[in-house]
Amino acid sequence: MQTIIRKSRKQGWYPYLFVSPFFILFCVFGLYPILYSIFTSFFDWKLIGTSAPRFVGLGNYTNVLTQDPFFWKALLNTVILLVTGSLLQHFIAIPLAIMINSKTVKGKEFFKTSFFLPYITSTVSVVIIFGVLFDTNYGIVNWLIGFVSDAAKIRWLQESFGIKVVLSVVLNWKYIGWNMVIYLAGLQAIPYELYEAAMIDGASTLRKHISITIPQLLPIIFFGVALSIIGGMQIFEEPFILTGGYEQLGGHQNSGLTAAYYLMFTAFKAYRLGKGSAIAWLIFLVILTLNGVNRYVTKKLEG
Amino acid sequence: MKSSIIVKKALLYLILGIMALVFAYPFYNVFVLATWPGDQVLRSPPHFFFGGGLAENFRQLVSRIPFGRNFFNSLGIALTSTISVIFFCTMAGFAFAKYRFRFRDQLYFFVIASMAIPGFLNIIPFYKMMVRFGWINTWLPLVVPGMAGAFGIFLMTQFLENSLPNDVIEAARIDGLGDLGILMRIVFPLARPAMAVLGIVTFVGSWNNFTGPLILMPKIEATTLPVALSLLNSRVDNNQGALMLGNALTLLPLILIFVFFSKQIISGLTAGAVKG
Repeated sequence: MQTIIRKSRKQGWYPYLFVSPFFILFCVFGLYPILYSIFTSFFDWKLIGTSAPRFVGLGNYTNVLTQDPFFWKALLNTVILLVTGSLLQHFIAIPLAIMINSKTVKGKEFFKTSFFLPYITSTVSVVIIFGVLFDTNYGIVNWLIGFVSDAAKIRWLQESFGIKVVLSVVLNWKYIGWNMVIYLAGLQAIPYELYEAAMIDGASTLRKHISITIPQLLPIIFFGVALSIIGGMQIFEEPFILTGGYEQLGGHQNSGLTAAYYLMFTAFKAYRLGKGSAIAWLIFLVILTLNGVNRYVTKKLEG
Repeated sequence: MKSSIIVKKALLYLILGIMALVFAYPFYNVFVLATWPGDQVLRSPPHFFFGGGLAENFRQLVSRIPFGRNFFNSLGIALTSTISVIFFCTMAGFAFAKYRFRFRDQLYFFVIASMAIPGFLNIIPFYKMMVRFGWINTWLPLVVPGMAGAFGIFLMTQFLENSLPNDVIEAARIDGLGDLGILMRIVFPLARPAMAVLGIVTFVGSWNNFTGPLILMPKIEATTLPVALSLLNSRVDNNQGALMLGNALTLLPLILIFVFFSKQIISGLTAGAVKG
């Protein structure tokens, strides 16, 4: 008895030891900088130069919201890309998952893996490839368009509309497979009996999916849309590389300038850390709001 | 009736086939273009077959960026991250899955909740901190903070809860193994399948990381392949052949890993989502 008690007391602090690396690292490299960035956002704080940080209260926030010519533009661009690049693709991913899940299709694994591959490739590689595919004079896209239309070649990477189209294509191409795999797992969890009843009633395929599949998938759609909002509002790498880095600030008419891109520019090119931190918290508020809307809409749809 | 089913089926395969082509063609294109000399990469009509400029492209590539260094940095950071993530996350997952201790549920909730925090919120003070630590242009800021990542802890806790029988642990305890002994000799060997999933996912994520090295490793000799490629891409005297080959060589390891481990990668990357 004595030994067991001693033993159990000794093992008492082992679990704390085992989980401690996460908490130490998170406090030092995660939590502390996050709290510090709230503090920073109230200061005029420059990375270079000798001037000491100066307290400006909400000055950075009001500056960004009322005087900055780029912030609203960047936010609008981000929301547009969120819709065309991240949200609309759920309308492609769900039918794709239904198609692959259909009993008549063989080679499910092949389709699943080939659709998923873009998700694990580095953004730099993806953007370099699509830069070539959408090249004005030599790209395959304009080459293919040339077969059906005699109109002047579209300058995809030099015009504001084209930049948004290419970015949307890249985002769709990269993330559809991931969403599809999630929906595929969701479809496989729907009980088959639900469809049997509909089959007896003679419902069409489309009818079946609208009245059974989609409602059954709602929790997964909510989750997928939430992840798309969180990811989409942070889009930085794709437009940054495609339009040519800090100097270009999103290319023609800043049409590729996203909120996170502008945050990075403000902090690491203009060296204004206080203002950059304020932008970061504003983006965070937008993410929270949009996810609140997502939750509200899902609740409504669930009835 | 019969023929309409055949038409439907053909249509289904046609759509899926076209989609597969759309997803696969850009990859094929990377490897095709990597073999054409720099001044012939961009051509109309576009290239569909391989050319003969591979060796020259390689010479151009290594003369423009320290390709060997960049490759070494990418590989070194990815491997050290992978090994440390596997170690620390299995250890924490074991504690959350198999121990009863005070505040366990609250601590686990904290780990899970930390995953929802957007990465950009801490980036500015984090950067200042790295400057102060003298860690800029070293591997440390890309390895150390993520050594015990929340996602890995979640993955390992799930796995060990479901797949590591309590009897095995009890038996080991009766045989006189202590907590560390059980971790080393029982948990690590039995957790191999989940460790493989976590390891591959960590490796891929680290290999592809762009924003991190962009900020933290600005020097071309110190940085990783994706950042070196983006620097090459934005240079005025850019050689297209070198760029295409560099891109192909960045993609190749990933594609090879994916060919062999696609099941583990897909299950690992969708683990949280499919469960939720």
